[in-house]
Amino acid sequence: MTNLAVWGGIAAVVISSTIGDVLQSRAMKEIGDLGVIRQSHGTWETTRRVVTNPGFMVGLGFMAIGFFSLLISLSWGDVSIVGPASASLTFIANALAARVYLKENVDRRRWLAAILVAGGGALLAH
Amino acid sequence: MTARKFIILFAVAAFAACGDVSLGRGMKAFGAITLASLPSLLAALLNPWIILGILLLLGFFVSYLTALSWADLTYVLPATAVSYILMVLLAKFFLHEHVTIWRWLGVALITIGVGFVAIGPEATPGAHCHNREAVCEPATLADAGSEA
Repeated sequence: MTNLAVWGGIAAVVISSTIGDVLQSRAMKEIGDLGVIRQSHGTWETTRRVVTNPGFMVGLGFMAIGFFSLLISLSWGDVSIVGPASASLTFIANALAARVYLKENVDRRRWLAAILVAGGGALLAH
Repeated sequence: MTARKFIILFAVAAFAACGDVSLGRGMKAFGAITLASLPSLLAALLNPWIILGILLLLGFFVSYLTALSWADLTYVLPATAVSYILMVLLAKFFLHEHVTIWRWLGVALITIGVGFVAIGPEATPGAHCHNREAVCEPATLADAGSEA
């Protein structure tokens, strides 16, 4: 399989995973600390609160798309390229999306981490 | 950072690395999948390595959601990027893939990035249910209050 196809697969993983991550992060922010809820209300109630959150379910759908894209990409390229490259590029896309859509405080420290991880991801492709 | 939170973050990294390597090993048995051979992807779901990979990624998912419930997305992702190191090590010693010096340098850069973000705050003030008063369900607020 050509490099173009492998990177196309990685792009599909990055886009769908980022949408899924942002939606699920927003859902978890709304629900609250799962450890605290589980301690006082049990595992069943914790699970109910998570799976009845609409944002979580839509995010799960996008993560499923990302998962199957990852499976196909892994069949096209080495796991030591596809795995780290898709994950690190997803990290960069998430940093942008989290700042815009989740209003997270992505400060200089986190941007520096993003640049280092992006550079590391680029090197992993060599 | 409490011991519980540290264990959850490490679990996210370990499950992700082992799950991806297990899936990678399973998919190698099927060769390259094209649009014309998509049904073979369903057959792949019966492969033991794929099943193990899915179970490991399920563990990843539970620990990942737990981490997101008390930390920012932009904290959880880089803090658990230690999975890249585990993944490259497993790819080299378990899948016997060739790992070049450039990839090791990439791992080093990612590790430094992880270090930068890991020593910072884990959450944006007011971003999560347990540290603000809006949106939260009443029981959750009471729980968070009793913990504090």
